[in-house]
Amino acid sequence: MDLTDLRTLAGRNEWGAMLPELLMGCLALLLLALAVVLPKRRHGQIVGVAILGQVAILAVLLLTLHSAYVGREAFNGLLLPSRSGQILRVFLLLSSLLVSLLARVSFATRPVPRIEFYHLVLVVAAAMMLLVQSHNFVMLFVALETLTVGFYILVSYFRSSEASLEAGLKYLVLGALSSALLLFGIVLLYGVAGNPLLPGRTNHAFDYSALAYFLAENPHNFVASAGIVLVLAGVAFKIGAVPFQIWIPDVYQGAPTPVTAFLAVASKAAGFGVLLVLVTDVFAAYGWLVKPVLSAMAIATILFGNVAALTQHNVKRLIGLSGVSHAGFLLIGVVAAISVPMAVGAVYFYLYAYLIASFTVFGVMTHLAGTDDAVQELEHYAGLSRRSPFLAGVLAVGLGSLAGIPPLAGFMGKLFVFIAAAKAGMYGLLAVAIAGVVLSIYYYFGWIRAAYFDGDTASAAAAKAPVAVGALAGFALGALALASVVLGFYQGPIGQWLSAP
Amino acid sequence: MSPLPFDPLLVSVATPLAVALAIALGLPKRWSVLLAYVGFAVPALLALHVWWHFGDQPLERHGYAFLTQYSTGLDGLGISLRLGVNGVAMPLFLLAGLVGLAAGLYAIQSQAERLKLYLMLLLIMQAGLMGVFASVNVFFFYFFHELALIPTFIMVGLWGGRDRAYAAMKLTIYLTAGAMLSLIGLIALYVKSGANSFDLLALRDLLAAHPLGETVQKHILGLLLFGFGILVSLWPFHTWAPLGYGAAPSSAAMLHAGVLKKFGLYGLIQVALPLLPAGLAPWSHLLAGLAVFGNVLVIGLVTMAQRDLKQMVGYSSVMHMGYAFLGLACGSVLGSGGVVLLMVGHGLSVALLFLLSTSVHQRTHTFDLGEMGGLARWAPGLAALFAAAIFASIGLPGFANFWGELSIFVALWHYSPGFAVAAVAGVIISAIYGLRALANVFFGPPSERFAEVAAKHPPTDLSWAERLPALVLLAALLGIGFWPKSISTAIDRGLAPVPALVARR
Repeated sequence: MDLTDLRTLAGRNEWGAMLPELLMGCLALLLLALAVVLPKRRHGQIVGVAILGQVAILAVLLLTLHSAYVGREAFNGLLLPSRSGQILRVFLLLSSLLVSLLARVSFATRPVPRIEFYHLVLVVAAAMMLLVQSHNFVMLFVALETLTVGFYILVSYFRSSEASLEAGLKYLVLGALSSALLLFGIVLLYGVAGNPLLPGRTNHAFDYSALAYFLAENPHNFVASAGIVLVLAGVAFKIGAVPFQIWIPDVYQGAPTPVTAFLAVASKAAGFGVLLVLVTDVFAAYGWLVKPVLSAMAIATILFGNVAALTQHNVKRLIGLSGVSHAGFLLIGVVAAISVPMAVGAVYFYLYAYLIASFTVFGVMTHLAGTDDAVQELEHYAGLSRRSPFLAGVLAVGLGSLAGIPPLAGFMGKLFVFIAAAKAGMYGLLAVAIAGVVLSIYYYFGWIRAAYFDGDTASAAAAKAPVAVGALAGFALGALALASVVLGFYQGPIGQWLSAP
Repeated sequence: MSPLPFDPLLVSVATPLAVALAIALGLPKRWSVLLAYVGFAVPALLALHVWWHFGDQPLERHGYAFLTQYSTGLDGLGISLRLGVNGVAMPLFLLAGLVGLAAGLYAIQSQAERLKLYLMLLLIMQAGLMGVFASVNVFFFYFFHELALIPTFIMVGLWGGRDRAYAAMKLTIYLTAGAMLSLIGLIALYVKSGANSFDLLALRDLLAAHPLGETVQKHILGLLLFGFGILVSLWPFHTWAPLGYGAAPSSAAMLHAGVLKKFGLYGLIQVALPLLPAGLAPWSHLLAGLAVFGNVLVIGLVTMAQRDLKQMVGYSSVMHMGYAFLGLACGSVLGSGGVVLLMVGHGLSVALLFLLSTSVHQRTHTFDLGEMGGLARWAPGLAALFAAAIFASIGLPGFANFWGELSIFVALWHYSPGFAVAAVAGVIISAIYGLRALANVFFGPPSERFAEVAAKHPPTDLSWAERLPALVLLAALLGIGFWPKSISTAIDRGLAPVPALVARR
């Protein structure tokens, strides 16, 4: 390979295909530059730049939703911008925007450096956006490591808090383990696909298409099976599926609340994006293996998440474990996607409903967090309906949607996943899912009960001051709650966008 | 098409919702109350309109009238808001309108704490109830049920009596379990039929041409039967009902016990029987056994043992649901038609009983039957209405319940005389507890405690604000009691084409 080869390759780099990610990187650098240039008292404005910048990038992304790059490989097959990639890009950008808004509320009262936080959130979000569009294991791994390293810092961002540091350490150790599993799986696949004795052997086994072709030629190879299981395990860590969920309660509790939200929503969604591509495309020939493995995982995840959440009093742990159970419901959709194409749309709809509802709940949590961010107990919600009827109402909508109660968006998500599962004939999984939903009602309802029914006396309310909600945060929370309701009643263009083949 | 310039079904659902939204947006209290009258009155008037004009409507596919369709963006999945009523839906639509009006009027005069929120939740519930019986799409049928269910939980939790937090939680978990089971049944129907549509008309067309295998039918019907059964308090899954009704504020109890609970039975008659004609037969003996032994006899005896007036009414409603299940188990037009009649009659009478029980509580400051007595001396109007409600609930001729119970007993005799004898024995039980409650509350000498209460706050008779909702319900009970044809013709037309039902056996 000489310089001309490289030049030809470089000539085929479609930079426009990753325009939003590039813009996010530039915005992240701009924030750091502004922090150096601007005097300290004007640093508050940088946060505004970060938020407005993300809104602008979101606008760019929405305008180029159907750009010519979609559906074509870019960067010599490293990236494949696809329709589902676009759906997830919007999703991830929305999450990073909402995380920035949460951080604006959460950090207002805390003595922590701010600008770096927004910088990191942008970089991590860009990495996740690349991750879900990657079409090559090298790209996948680099993107994954970028976001994981970013999360190491974000999780332990409250340097003076023991809980936050402990969470960071746990995330580091277990994250490294999962990366190792993933890498081992990739190497096994690469190795076996290069075996000259096997049909369909390839020198480009990092490439999804080449690997998929090799796997289709060798549908029962033992080494490949082991590699696939290890790759699935690495991804399962990201989505928090049993048995790779052990880090979740502690990390979710210790991390700053906006980071918890970022982990719970964006990181999980990115994991599902990768999983869907792998399961429906790359590992399609190994459905016989993937299906039972993921089904078993889904069952264990739903049961563990819901049962463990039953006894939680710390709301961050509670939402973490409930998030585990949501991963289980989503896994049902992924398993169904192996044989039923409409399940893919169902998973994305579920993810959007989950994003909207989760950020609603996290927004309320941010407003109610006391001086110690890690200690947010159910008891702190007593009498919330008197202290702030707005926050209580928004919380009820968010939790109701998470619980999957009609007419909220979460119900539609569950319904679509259940329909997909029924179409795939997975009645056993459906039975477990029902048990999970009924169990989940108990703790979601317990939370609503704490906000509405407990300490609901005039004296208890008088003891606690009303909670102040800023105009921007109030607007965002109101819009999110409204979105949960509207998406429950009228799915309209989003429903068509997601359900189109 | 309707003689009105707008779709009466859509407006009857949208009006309460719009009023609830206006209240949520911060309307002042006086205006909220005024608008709430509109929100409850419009559905009732439109329900009367639909009832009155149902006979002269040209019937479209499968006996439906007033059919309209609106898209919500999911047509590709077979989910769209199709509204319409057939002969089975119409009487229940009427029931929902009337009980909603009574519950709304009673709530407005109750001066409950945080009245605006209370009215808002009731209006949402009302919209859901109207929607349940006006939906021809199974998805929306389920959707509106849940829409009406959520306010119930909140109302029990916020305004409930003793044990409200526990009752609200138990209610939520049981009803969610029931709803989820039935949802899976409905999804199975959607998938197994191959229709890829929740539209009831499409499903009926398709399954009439290509019925499902008998085993599949049996399994799906089982899911629906027990899912819906939990919602209708089929023994032994009934324990949420008396507890929940005992704790619920009166208007919520009226709407739930009177109307919303009928959702499950309605679903079985309207969805399960026409679509799964061979599904009922394998379950009918189990169903009849559970109903007659559990709901009618066991719960009947439990009801007799109650000392708490509201719990007694709650248990009695569980017991009467037993008759409804028996009527269903018969698998005949007569039995199912009787169930629809009984649903209407029972809905009206149990709502009236809950309303009057609360009025009794306001005068005696207790629900304990042992601590009352002689209230008729102070409140003859209340006593008369209560007596009428008890007579209706026992099933005396002249009230709507009589026709329902009579048709069920006749159908049951053809099905199995043994069950019929046991069921008729239940009537004696309900007469015993009903009349005894009446005597305990209104007649005889006042208990010591009540004499003290009465000395401090002398009880007054019903005010007109309380009397009006009660009279609405009583008028409907008597109207149907003396003129059952006003709804039975429609029911007959609705049920006759259902293949699962034999005309007479």
